[in-house]
Amino acid sequence: MSSKTITIFDKSVEDRKGISLPSFDVPQKSLDKKYIRKQKANLPKLSEFDVVRHYTNLSNKNFSIDKNFYPLGSCTMKYNPKVAERVASLEGFTSIHPHTITNGMDDDIQGCFQTIDMLEKTLCEITGMKAFTTSPQAGAHGEMLGIMMIDKYHKSKGNKRKYIIVPDSSHGTNPATAAMVGYDVITIKSDENGAMDFEAFKEKMNEDVAAVMLTVPNTLGIFNKKIKDICDLAHSYDAMMYYDGANMNAIMGVVRPGDIGFDVIHINVHKTFATPHGGGGPGSGPVGVNEKLIPFLPDLRVKKSNSRYFIDDIPKNSIGKISPFFGNFGISLRAIVYILTLGANGVKNSSSKAVLNANYIRVRLKDYFDVPYDGACMHECVFSAKTLAKNGVTAMDIAKYLLDFGMHSPTVYFPLIVKEAIMIEPTETENKQTIDMFCDRMIKAVELAKTNPQEFKSYPKTLGVCRADDTRAIKNLDVCYC
Amino acid sequence: MPYTPHTPKEVSAMLDTIGLENENELFDCIPRELQIDGLNLPNGLDEFTVFSKFKEIASKNATNKTIFMGGGYYDHIIPSAVDALSMRSEFYTAYTPYQAEASQGTLQSLYEYQSLVCALMGMEVSNASMYDGATALAEAALMAVRITKRNKILIDKWVNPTYIKVVQTYLEFRDIDVEVVDYNDANIDENIAAFLFQNPNFIGDINEFESLIDTLHQNKALAVMSVYPIALGLLKTPGELNVDIVSADGQCLGNYMSFGGPSFGIIATKQKYIRDLPGRIIGKTLDKDDNELFVLTMQAREQHIRRHRATSNICSNQNLLALRSTIFMSLVGQDGFEQLAQLNYSKCEYLKEQLKTITKIEIFNQKDTFNEFVIKIDKDVTLFLEELSSKGFYAGINLGKLYENLQNCILVSVTEKRTKEQIDNLVAAIKELV
Amino acid sequence: MKKYNEEHEWAQIDGDVASVGISKYAIEQLGDITFIELPEINSEISASHSVAFIESVKAASDIYTPVSGEVIEINEELEDAPETLNESAQTTWIFKVKMSDVNELEELMDEEAYLKYIETL
Repeated sequence: MSSKTITIFDKSVEDRKGISLPSFDVPQKSLDKKYIRKQKANLPKLSEFDVVRHYTNLSNKNFSIDKNFYPLGSCTMKYNPKVAERVASLEGFTSIHPHTITNGMDDDIQGCFQTIDMLEKTLCEITGMKAFTTSPQAGAHGEMLGIMMIDKYHKSKGNKRKYIIVPDSSHGTNPATAAMVGYDVITIKSDENGAMDFEAFKEKMNEDVAAVMLTVPNTLGIFNKKIKDICDLAHSYDAMMYYDGANMNAIMGVVRPGDIGFDVIHINVHKTFATPHGGGGPGSGPVGVNEKLIPFLPDLRVKKSNSRYFIDDIPKNSIGKISPFFGNFGISLRAIVYILTLGANGVKNSSSKAVLNANYIRVRLKDYFDVPYDGACMHECVFSAKTLAKNGVTAMDIAKYLLDFGMHSPTVYFPLIVKEAIMIEPTETENKQTIDMFCDRMIKAVELAKTNPQEFKSYPKTLGVCRADDTRAIKNLDVCYC
Repeated sequence: MPYTPHTPKEVSAMLDTIGLENENELFDCIPRELQIDGLNLPNGLDEFTVFSKFKEIASKNATNKTIFMGGGYYDHIIPSAVDALSMRSEFYTAYTPYQAEASQGTLQSLYEYQSLVCALMGMEVSNASMYDGATALAEAALMAVRITKRNKILIDKWVNPTYIKVVQTYLEFRDIDVEVVDYNDANIDENIAAFLFQNPNFIGDINEFESLIDTLHQNKALAVMSVYPIALGLLKTPGELNVDIVSADGQCLGNYMSFGGPSFGIIATKQKYIRDLPGRIIGKTLDKDDNELFVLTMQAREQHIRRHRATSNICSNQNLLALRSTIFMSLVGQDGFEQLAQLNYSKCEYLKEQLKTITKIEIFNQKDTFNEFVIKIDKDVTLFLEELSSKGFYAGINLGKLYENLQNCILVSVTEKRTKEQIDNLVAAIKELV
Repeated sequence: MKKYNEEHEWAQIDGDVASVGISKYAIEQLGDITFIELPEINSEISASHSVAFIESVKAASDIYTPVSGEVIEINEELEDAPETLNESAQTTWIFKVKMSDVNELEELMDEEAYLKYIETL
């Protein structure tokens, strides 16, 4: 018997009343009929309890960090501290109206300004950059801002640049961002060690290039030893170096992008600084810059003067606005709370344990999977299931198998340059017992793959659904209960 | 050390397995000269100290004012069940639903979100949300450019000024021409990709856009409308108006104002434009045993597949906020949503009537309004608002800060949360000060 | 007789007209095809430039023309049924080009060379 989904609409019952609303303590007025919609919106009719029961049950169908080991490479699924949630729910933060800024009512929002200022200054210290903005609402949004500022920098100097260089291991948002800001992309291949090939880079680097976007360590978990040379070469052509902070969790407290020579960076606070992933958002991607790019920052800034906070002048050459007000303030708040609980030692310790955990997994599993790049990794390790795939068991099959054992799959099929890629990022908050359990299970998977490969197609067996037909999803498109 | 569970014994054992002597060797791959000695930050604090610290910082923000400010952010009801459900860690510590079998909670709630948005807006398809209303409008403009292959956008002057700035910023970098015009005198021809307008507009006017939309379609240009979701409890839907792309901000649907973010953006369109929608889309399908389930679909539009040819570089949606709005719309329900809009309209009209009795107050709006309108005074607005603030009222937004020619104007908003008593008290205070 | 480029497009030659398609190997790599964007009729195209686009459930790819010339015909049926390519990639043409330079064919691989090439990938 195949099962059907039961949506909130299916549970609607005629005449069932929703929650009580505030009363009409003023005369009820009617808007002119010519403006009124023909029919009421087809929202469901449910009681509060109906809704609570429905979504409580839905929540039980999710894997989540609090419940499951979640080793998604490139996502940094670390524990989300509850104190951050407690702080973020204080009325003194949640109820503040942003147009108090418009009205110039600075006295009423010193707490908000202080929070933003604290985060910006702390991020400067951690990254070695000179100024930060919390405007971007996600990592990709931060990338876009970074490239916009670089573009305006070049235009202000009369430089006519056409290209952005990215390595072939880059996250998809990098080339997509370049295109959004009107640039073409030059992709540089990785060398046999998995780092961006320096010779190939030298060949393509010239005065048509606006910027080079790099993730450090890269998406293979590899730190490019020639990173300073890359920065120097780019700078010799007045091209800018952009740091994609997705993998910051490997190096914070150890090395600073600003010190290496990056001109602009973004941080994914929902990765490195433990703000909750929320099922896919909200995130926040604060952007840091060096002196050169400060004049191009977005048009709303906070400054501190004699223990008070003010709105600063608009940066001379500001790119304008990519978000209302200060971006995702509630997320910035959670990030600074987390950083304060870590402190200087805690920051470095996090990176250290993240790299420890990933290398431990690498060593435990390296004899069971194909290893695309030999040698130590940083906070994530990449394997290939290409030999298993020849026997009929793909990276996707391994991913689905793990789900039945209460563990979320690692990232699969990324980075694109590794066939049947399996990218594992345990993060520093996982204990050895959990990691050993994961490794044991991965080893069992390989054993099963050798003895009974067909078995894999039936995983996962315990989650009520198994192997969605993605083609059918597109062919028989159903994106609305209408 | 906070959040890392490792005991010294475990660290030893793990280093041993890896073949290293001490932890520092883990960073041997980084050139020594690049490594720092330490960070100039204080030591980590226990959570109790941190909480006290932030409680103190929060107390430096004013929370004791009765809010009559709108301008895109509204003091609407937030039912307790919205917090209770969205704060379940199965929702907020989950990740992007790439493994469908492990994410049916998130996926189904997003499918329901998309459906509720379509029901509210009278549109055919919605995506799984954008960052916020401003960027959603910018992405809608880019979408129109993609669809029509034209390079010019017109935007009505009474669209939210923040939204206008964001649209201009986004489009400037793509060499797309943006012109701010009055929709009544707009010059629409076959060079225009789309006209962006807002209803009710930023100063609260409800306008009729039928003839504008007709003219746009005659010229094969697109109508892009930014809406106020709560107002749609009463107002004609963009679907009824034959609008091509709709955008909106979802803060009003069960989310805290939170000093401007996080919120989420809504974007919805006609079925025929679905390939050009940015962001994530959830669909329903069958699994290998014919069980129904929900999945991320049409992913080939997105950055992780299309890379430089993606419809947008957007990776995340504002999932948790969209979930909150889904719960909100379900709790309020069909009748409740209409009632909510009626409460907003009636309470705002009540304030308007009371203010009309004050001779020194002029109502600026010539048109009907929903829950916001503009008053004009002959005093310095900054001072006026400060005085009202010290009496406990955030009476409105100083429009002189946003528009050169509106120096004596205040944008006032009333939601269902404002009681008759609060409104009467505001009126009394204004009478006294004006 | 088909000629292939390294991006897995083939050209079937008939006089000065080349019918262009995608190799079975490439279609297999892509998976179930869900969408194809065809080039514009009468457009001038240059060899090794991207002229069209193909999408599957999990991937998207540019289609690079193996030859230069004018697009004289496009297979519009593929717009409604792109999955035809999964069934018969080697016999389904996507667009036809009136070649401007027949010498370009010498740069392309013949079937045997192409089959050897895909083994190295």
